[in-house]
Amino acid sequence: MSQPSIGQPISRLEGPLKVTGAAPYAAEYPLPHLLYAYVVNSAIPKGVIQAIDTDAAKALPGVVEILTHTNRPALAAFDFQFADLDAPPGTVFKPLYDAQVRYNGQPVAVVVAEDFETARYAATLVRIRYEAEAFETNIDDQMQQARNAKKGLATTFKPPPPKPTGHFEQAFAEAPFKVQAEYRHLAEHHNPLELFATTVQYEAGDRLTIYDKTQGTINNQVFIANAFGLPFKKVQVLAPYVGGGFGAGLRPQYQLFLAVMAALHLKRNVRLTLDRKQMFTFGHRPQCIQQLQFGADDSGKVTALGHQALTETSRYEDYTEGIAAWSHKLYPADHTKFKAQVVPLDVATPLDMRAPGGVTGLHAIECTMDALSYELGIDPLELRLRNYAETDPASGKPFTSKALRDCYLQGAEAFGWNERHPAPRSMKRGHKWVGYGMATGIWDAFQFPARVEMVLRPGGTLLVTNATTDIGTGTLTVMTQMAADAVGISMQAIEVQYGDSKKPFSMFQGGSAMTASVGAAIAKVGRKLQEILFGKASRIKGSPLAKATFDDVYFENGWIRLRQFPEQAVSFAQILASNENKPIAVKKLVGPDALKLRKYTKASHSAAFAEVEVDEELGTITVTRALTAIAAGKIINPKTAGSQIYGAMLWGISKALHEGSVMDSQLGKYLNDNYAEYHIQTHADVPQMEVLFVDEPDPLINELGIKGVGEVGMVAMPAAIANALYHATGKRITNLPIHFDQLLEP
Amino acid sequence: MNPFEYTRAGSIPEAVVAVSGEPNACFVAGGTNLIDLWKYDLTHPDRLVDVNGLNTDKPVTERPDGGVRLSAFATNATTAWHPIIETRYPLLSKAIGAGASGQIRNMATNGGNLLQRTRCYYFYEPQAPCNKRTPGSGCGALTGYNRIHAILGQSDSCIAVFPSDMCVALAALKVVVQVSGPQGDRVIPFSEFHRLPGDHPEQDNTLQPGELITAIDLPEEGFAQNYSYLKLRDRHSYAFALVSVATGLILEGDRIQEARIALGGVAHKPWRIPEAEGFLIGKPATRESFAGAADILLEGAKGYAHNSFKIDLAKRAIIRNGLMALSPDTQLPGARPSA
Repeated sequence: MSQPSIGQPISRLEGPLKVTGAAPYAAEYPLPHLLYAYVVNSAIPKGVIQAIDTDAAKALPGVVEILTHTNRPALAAFDFQFADLDAPPGTVFKPLYDAQVRYNGQPVAVVVAEDFETARYAATLVRIRYEAEAFETNIDDQMQQARNAKKGLATTFKPPPPKPTGHFEQAFAEAPFKVQAEYRHLAEHHNPLELFATTVQYEAGDRLTIYDKTQGTINNQVFIANAFGLPFKKVQVLAPYVGGGFGAGLRPQYQLFLAVMAALHLKRNVRLTLDRKQMFTFGHRPQCIQQLQFGADDSGKVTALGHQALTETSRYEDYTEGIAAWSHKLYPADHTKFKAQVVPLDVATPLDMRAPGGVTGLHAIECTMDALSYELGIDPLELRLRNYAETDPASGKPFTSKALRDCYLQGAEAFGWNERHPAPRSMKRGHKWVGYGMATGIWDAFQFPARVEMVLRPGGTLLVTNATTDIGTGTLTVMTQMAADAVGISMQAIEVQYGDSKKPFSMFQGGSAMTASVGAAIAKVGRKLQEILFGKASRIKGSPLAKATFDDVYFENGWIRLRQFPEQAVSFAQILASNENKPIAVKKLVGPDALKLRKYTKASHSAAFAEVEVDEELGTITVTRALTAIAAGKIINPKTAGSQIYGAMLWGISKALHEGSVMDSQLGKYLNDNYAEYHIQTHADVPQMEVLFVDEPDPLINELGIKGVGEVGMVAMPAAIANALYHATGKRITNLPIHFDQLLEP
Repeated sequence: MNPFEYTRAGSIPEAVVAVSGEPNACFVAGGTNLIDLWKYDLTHPDRLVDVNGLNTDKPVTERPDGGVRLSAFATNATTAWHPIIETRYPLLSKAIGAGASGQIRNMATNGGNLLQRTRCYYFYEPQAPCNKRTPGSGCGALTGYNRIHAILGQSDSCIAVFPSDMCVALAALKVVVQVSGPQGDRVIPFSEFHRLPGDHPEQDNTLQPGELITAIDLPEEGFAQNYSYLKLRDRHSYAFALVSVATGLILEGDRIQEARIALGGVAHKPWRIPEAEGFLIGKPATRESFAGAADILLEGAKGYAHNSFKIDLAKRAIIRNGLMALSPDTQLPGARPSA
């Protein structure tokens, strides 16, 4: 038998299109008679629009229309009609709905013109008079407003932390070894390279074909149809190529809404592209303050786990993320206390950003464990092993699989952890202090329902369809690999159609869930197709398979062969011919086996190791090496999965040392809203990196044993960096990003 | 971006004529800062006079007085990689290479480098008060987020810093700037080119309306034996200096015969105090000597809520860079501290 496609390091199938510029993105679809829209954003954080003077802008030749809350077309009447699948509890923000300004940079008008330059210039001529109101964007000033978040649909994915167990206060007070610290993170903005953009093709009868930057074609189709009162079938959302999502595309963003509004109002094709500054005017990772208290006994066993998280949210929606409960999925402890609250501020609603909650919580948890290891005088890695949970300590359930121990041991071996001298400020290389740090990662293994259709077409090619996007992760490639094995056909004979709301159902692409979601469906639909093909093959006159059962055969390269006599075979071509060359199709909705999986905890794990150098005199930081060992079930494609982990590690380093949206609370505005001042790491900051996938068979979790790799590579890295910096310098910096001047010795 | 008239100048006099008489006209070369400011709706030229291509056939020329002339219209990249600059003025080459990004250095010109505006957040944010952008409106940075701001030579009306790396080396080299204007040609010593904010932070420099930088003249001495450029920043590339130091030394044995030190990232202009250089003359090239010079350079330094670290950091940087200048081969790409 030939090798399975699954497990092969296959390069992304759409790679050549992307690197040659042939793959069109949302803002690039050529349409005839296209109008260009540009957004005017509010210049205050809170208040009421008194008047909008559009005369000067409208007088410009080429300006077609300027829409504001005073002249916009009618919209759906009820708030729920604007809610998308990822909407937190609250009242969805509706662009141009009324005169109220709820956050700085809120869209307040949209200019439509015959060309982009005119639209952008006209937008600068729109004069808006506000009645400004007092606002609050400083979380420290609003601590007394902290409260529990409202519950809603989104709460099912992000449950509030569990109730306390045991007697935390007493246990922590009595613990012979303990650590207590506060951790602070700035807000962060996703900033995918591709700007948010929408191109709307308008056809008579309000039929819309929408090229959108999104992580969920169906989510946006339903949103637009509901908000504008259109039948679902008249709205098609396409996003075959997406230049990065990172969570920013989980919710329909305002450029989609405004482009559609303009297209319907003018009955014209419309394109709306946000600029980089405007990319800072919608969702972001929330700023966060965490309080941690861990206590341990003399042997290093954690006895008390306390974790409180405060995150900002907007005034109109209660965005939450699961920050506080991760420690008890990693470490057993009899006494726990977890708390998560929100503080409403005059900002846009925060939004899931890569590894939401996980990377935030684990930075604090794993730095606290590191600090505890020094208190105890136990190697940080050894401390994790002494507190290793064989079953989920929080729920008491077994894991479907958990190879975290292998991550620790194989990672440590490959990294050379045993070369670490235990004392802080004890390793030196020239002018540099050298530090080694490690941290643990965990992420929930999600699977969403997905419907996949497979059609064996005349000519012997297989069409596989699903509405999912491929946000640059390799989804197209792994779908093709999984379909090849599921059906027994070569990858070259497969066409995958995706990124289209008209295709069978998919949730948005987030939470590291998509490979498992479409993978399980592909496996099941492929098996069903094989059964049908086998049935037809065995009924062909004189079929060598006539007396065989399904278990007697195997499928390979478009042939069904007897296991015992592989030369006895029927080709897919013969089956199609016997079917009068009519296509053979199977479609099926497949979800996780909830009944079975209720008894288990499903999680991927990782162990991250980092080496840093800190200049002894100037404090400057260089991350010299980083390694992550991953346990994430079956790895479909080590190349695309490896790239996911590399990218996630880099973002983890970037979060530790560079990223943060600086809010000026006198202005109520983010200051560094461009790529020059919002730092992400550059090539010059990239260390030598290594990714290890440890073997983790998981027959329980889904058909293929997939757990997902989008986020688990990021969650551990900020703590690994911070811990390495402590080891290098003896300075425990608990706020992110860490700047080098914080490491200067007095 | 407003509509505008575009002309391409065929010569320096033509360019000067094309700009004069039109108050909203301006020259454009690489455009790496101007176009940003324009897109952010902070500047609105009605006429753009393109000076690209003027005098670029000779980006770097050796002069009879032993010095070297840089064309104002040559790109930063061309200049930094030019063999004459690499061999005779490696301090300048290293400083240019530590600035911006490869793409920007390929576009940006030498004249334009002198004229880049501050990167102060408040200057770029129309919602914020800024005396440099809107005279009389106040300074948002004074009580705002001022991590990147000035510790020397600032005023209550402006604490912005000048962001160039190249100019820090030029300040250390003691160059002169050749300009052409409606009133004819003149020469501006580099130390008088940029100005401190005082009560008029809207004026970055001493160029008069309509004047065009045509060349930068380097003196014969390039400190090619003992030099170093050190840039301290929050990431290793594409970030402006929080503190940078350009040091050039001439040694006689282990004694300093001549010294030049300029600081970047700390003031409204490259910061140079001749007394600090004089202090070093005749002293041994040691940590103690450079510390003494640092104290003179940093006299009167004043920090704010988020940038006080710069005062101590600048002193450390001056010392380290002085020592790095003793063995220039210890310099790393991006002007990082020596290994």
